[in-house]
Amino acid sequence: MSTAPILEVQGLCKNFGGITALRDLGFSLRAGEILGVIGPNGSGKTTMVNCITGFVRRDAGRVLFHGRDISTRPPHRIADLGITRTFQVMRPWHSLPAYQNLVIPLCSPRARRTGGWRGGGSHGDRDTVGIDILEDIGFERDSPVPYKPAGTLPSGYLKRLELARCLALRPEIIICDEIFSGLSMSEIASLVPTIERLQSQGITLIMIEHRLRELFRVTSRILVLNFGEKLMEGAPDELMADERVREAYFGSRDSAEVMDHA
Amino acid sequence: MAAEQHRKQRIDRGIKVRSDGIYALMSGRELAYLVLPRSTLIVGLLLLPLLLPDLYWQRVITITCLYALLAISFDFLAHHVGLVSLGGAFYVGVGGYLAALGNTALGLPVWATIPLATAGGGIVCTLLLLPCLPLRGVYFAIVTLMYPLFMARLIEAFDIVGGTDGIIGIDGFPNHWVEQYVLITMVLLLLFGLRRLAATDFGLVLRGIKDNDQAVRASGIQVIRYKAAAVFIAAAMGCLAGACLVHIYMWSGISQFALDFSILPIAATVIGGAGTLVGAVLGCLILVPLSELLRDFGSLRIVFYALLLVAFIIFRSEGIFNYARRKYEQFERWIPI
Repeated sequence: MSTAPILEVQGLCKNFGGITALRDLGFSLRAGEILGVIGPNGSGKTTMVNCITGFVRRDAGRVLFHGRDISTRPPHRIADLGITRTFQVMRPWHSLPAYQNLVIPLCSPRARRTGGWRGGGSHGDRDTVGIDILEDIGFERDSPVPYKPAGTLPSGYLKRLELARCLALRPEIIICDEIFSGLSMSEIASLVPTIERLQSQGITLIMIEHRLRELFRVTSRILVLNFGEKLMEGAPDELMADERVREAYFGSRDSAEVMDHA
Repeated sequence: MAAEQHRKQRIDRGIKVRSDGIYALMSGRELAYLVLPRSTLIVGLLLLPLLLPDLYWQRVITITCLYALLAISFDFLAHHVGLVSLGGAFYVGVGGYLAALGNTALGLPVWATIPLATAGGGIVCTLLLLPCLPLRGVYFAIVTLMYPLFMARLIEAFDIVGGTDGIIGIDGFPNHWVEQYVLITMVLLLLFGLRRLAATDFGLVLRGIKDNDQAVRASGIQVIRYKAAAVFIAAAMGCLAGACLVHIYMWSGISQFALDFSILPIAATVIGGAGTLVGAVLGCLILVPLSELLRDFGSLRIVFYALLLVAFIIFRSEGIFNYARRKYEQFERWIPI
């Protein structure tokens, strides 16, 4: 495919004091694909997300979105362009009901521009659109769940709420920071089709994960980070065959055993 | 292949779900239950000047209203936006001096200086506080505490706008009825107006900023713009109080930057019930007249005052309004375990 990449990261560096979190990281992302990112704890995965989304100012390097450098922009401008993220530690607005959590992103300039809600929703108001989005992402509409305070929801719903907060902006890219972590097997199993559906809707995803089995199901290309550097990039089976990846990340020589642990 | 199956699903409209509460409109008894507490406050405040015996206590009511404006402004910023402001004195001072200058230097009448000082003071305060809005935590409180000291010393040292003598010869309100009812109306309008504002989408974003500003940022919203709007609203309320104050005393001086205007509203909010806005008004209705009553005790006044505050914080930290609302809305009973 000769299409230009939607997101291109070049030579990204970030130090925290004397600790190198990211060193000369580069990769590119084509529209509509799902890129998996794996790596041991402390390998710079979340720092990478923070640098791309503007929450942390990078020391060097460029982040090109549709060919435009966005690496010096503040977080709200980057979200405004259509790059959204979920937080590893979920950050709902605890005291607000789940559907009102979506009123806040729906108030953003991007949602006002891109959302069809002004006159588009059945009543054209944000509460209604919020409930529509929640239903879309797997909240049962006729149950009390969408109306409960977000702080009382189980983590499976909170992860979906994080995704819904991104979707309210009608994003081009969603960066999921460990969206499967802390979930039960059945919650993960029900979230995987949701992720696949997002891709089929044309949304590009970056998924930072420790749950390899599920990650390998949804993605065809994986980036492996180690000590802030790109160790390798490739298809899941190439990865499993690679000696360095198994050494660095899994600490195991047997790929079958790795999959069992995943 | 079989034809696609369809199931008919009936779903409540969003608007219906939200208006569940107003089924009370069907019944006079429930309507009265809802209206009673609100109308007690409104009617009570409006009748207060008529019921009080002399000019002295009527003046106390006026001052109570000034503090109520400051307390509502503090409660709004602290509990609906997450900015702890010690800037009551700053707002009162800026609003007061703007009104005083407008009246004496430009010769504007009272009905023009008050709105001008409110809006202009709000803008001035917001601009001066703008640099510390990106910060979270205690910084905003420190800066708002510093500005009134800064302003007072500036006026003192450079002997500008009247210096330590202050500005005299400011017009008063036409009579004390106008004075009282202007303030009581303002307190009621701003109280219910802010409660309404807090329930709008704009208010939800502000609450979102208080709970978790990173997620608001990640939602593509410029947090500072919303914070600045909220600070403008709160500062303008404080400036309104200051502008009224100089017209009541017909004098403007650096004592308007006194810390009383910052501290008493906070105490009133704690006593009345934090985050409720109404609680701030109730707190002022108790604290300000109480401090007048305690005047007979001379310097022991502050001791009684402090003891009462400490007792409230220990035994009723939720505040009067939250306590009363719980009693009004729920009944309690003992059940065996």
